[in-house]
Amino acid sequence: MYTNFFYALRREGVPVSITEWMTLMEALSVGLAESSLSGFYYLARAILVKSESHFDQYDLAFQTYFQGLETPEQLLDQVSQWMENPLPPKMFSEEERNELLKKLGLPDWESLKAALEERLRTQDGAHHGGGNWIGTGGTSPFGHSGFHPGGVRIGGESYGQSAVKVAAERNYRDYRSDETLGVRQFEVALRKLRQFSTRLDGVKDQLDLEDTIDETCKNAGRLKLVWTRPRKNSVKVIVLMDVGGSMTPYANICSQLFSAVHKSSHFKDLKFYYFHNCLYDLLYLDASNNPKKAVKTEDILRSLNSDYKVIIIGDAAMAPSELMMSDGNIYWGIGNEEPGITWLERVAKKFPYNVWLNPLPEKYWERVHGSQTLKIVRDMFPMFELTLEGLDRAIKKLMVRK
Amino acid sequence: MTDPLFYQGTEDYIVSSDLQNSVNISVALKRPLLIKGEPGTGKTVLAESIARSLGLNLIIWNIKSTTKAQDGLYVYDTVQRLYDSQFGDQNVSNIKQYIKLGKLGEAFEANERVVLLIDEIDKADLEFPNDLLWELDVMNFYIPETGETISSKHRPIVIITSNAEKELPDAFLRRCIFHYIDFPDQTMMEEIVHVHFPDLENQLLAEALKAFYWLRSITGLQKKPSTSELLDWVQALTIGGIEPAKIAQEIPFLGALLKKNQDFDLTLRQLHTRGTEAPSRAKRGW
Repeated sequence: MYTNFFYALRREGVPVSITEWMTLMEALSVGLAESSLSGFYYLARAILVKSESHFDQYDLAFQTYFQGLETPEQLLDQVSQWMENPLPPKMFSEEERNELLKKLGLPDWESLKAALEERLRTQDGAHHGGGNWIGTGGTSPFGHSGFHPGGVRIGGESYGQSAVKVAAERNYRDYRSDETLGVRQFEVALRKLRQFSTRLDGVKDQLDLEDTIDETCKNAGRLKLVWTRPRKNSVKVIVLMDVGGSMTPYANICSQLFSAVHKSSHFKDLKFYYFHNCLYDLLYLDASNNPKKAVKTEDILRSLNSDYKVIIIGDAAMAPSELMMSDGNIYWGIGNEEPGITWLERVAKKFPYNVWLNPLPEKYWERVHGSQTLKIVRDMFPMFELTLEGLDRAIKKLMVRK
Repeated sequence: MTDPLFYQGTEDYIVSSDLQNSVNISVALKRPLLIKGEPGTGKTVLAESIARSLGLNLIIWNIKSTTKAQDGLYVYDTVQRLYDSQFGDQNVSNIKQYIKLGKLGEAFEANERVVLLIDEIDKADLEFPNDLLWELDVMNFYIPETGETISSKHRPIVIITSNAEKELPDAFLRRCIFHYIDFPDQTMMEEIVHVHFPDLENQLLAEALKAFYWLRSITGLQKKPSTSELLDWVQALTIGGIEPAKIAQEIPFLGALLKKNQDFDLTLRQLHTRGTEAPSRAKRGW
């Protein structure tokens, strides 16, 4: 029963597992859905969906599956007349419920819907306490204050809205993870970039149990405490960001990544430099690319250890001359004796942990203007899309030597 | 519902019907309830309310970035034992006296059913929730030092809150009932404020809420003001004796609502442009 709903959910991309589905069945069998569709809506959502970013997909699946539930207005009026003067709510004991469950089984939604339509056509008046017609206090699948393992509540105590209507409102559209991409999510992704080590500076304020035991033994059983430093993240990062020119359309996403990197206080060291189109002998300290505020690339290569992890952000699409020729720098007046590619090679060689993040969607990499240089760069650096998923993959790559 | 434990909210905590449902589902299915939501929507207070409503004791386990799963089970105080052995004033052969139960252990050992709140689980290490899978599933754990197994006498009601700072592992999520607390709408917010300030004038409240929801609607705020900030602000307004008419126009004590410099500037700019628009609208009203 409802099995198609399970597949409808998976089709919409809600990661429902069998375990959760069985939990839902268990919940239904003890009557937690309160025999109503809105009860079922909230029950199934609480059990099956584990992130508010999937609420929207859940709503869509629910809508498709339970479509057509909204009863036509005038029929509803008629039915509510039948429902007047109801029987007092009948309390069913556990045994009675189980017995009924066995006898009636859980109907599938399709036949239930068909049956309700048929009843609406043929029923002529109020019926209470029975097991077939729409009424109150009985075991018919339709009505209220009764019990049926998989029925539809009509009238009675209500949430005021039908569940399908709630689903149709799609209140959770904003929470979809594939549509919003913010600083915070980048931050979360960057947090995975870590490597704990005790071999760092810091106060020795943690008891080293192993060594304490050793030392105490050596000390003929008189206690000797040995302290050690707590584990800390030892990851050091260099970020090189392409600014200006063809990168301007991506300024927004780059600035989000920029703030995420800067907010991530868990790196041991973070260096941030800018370049324009390609790396040459100077790296700039701010986005204005002013040669007065720059450091020599050579100095960076010499002074920083090769355990720094390098993240380069750029579209890697440029004129071939900018990459391959000396004096290819796009800025007039700043010549470069060696071509950009030599500098890129040096960076890649010096820092074996490196990735290239490209704000250009991957599907355009083959076709974009400048795809020629993009391919050369891609052969040199593992390249990923600048999206949340791409960043995740890039970080996994960064944790292992190329 | 056959379960005698049925949560209906408490006087001082307004609960939406679907949250109430989620709580009851998790109690009936004996699964932990995972609560997510914007900061300040009352995730932590929920556990207190559940405990009070059901008449149970509440055990709070606050998670910090350094917390390990083991801390919640038990700690073996080896150093104390070593010290005691040096000075010989206690019999150290009984390891049991050096085993201190953590919050989870406490909840298992309790003589009656308790509510266990695991607060801000996402603060801990990524692997933390996975380390607790077994214990939360079967509700027992083994202490190798003493050969004892601690099992729960009465299965605790487990409430877990998360601020979504980290993704929780799938295996862990599969075992939970999930509820996302929506930001309350204006009618519900009115009720909430009334619970905290029963004597508040209606006009003041209406104006304050108008200004509050206007603030939240500004796009680009880094941190939107939340319920707890609204409550602080309303208190400031009453103490300051501010005229209700002025609230929406000037938003006094803005610092109680906004905590970031950039948000402040942005709001003041918006307030200014809105201020120049307001008279023209008034004219149209004539």
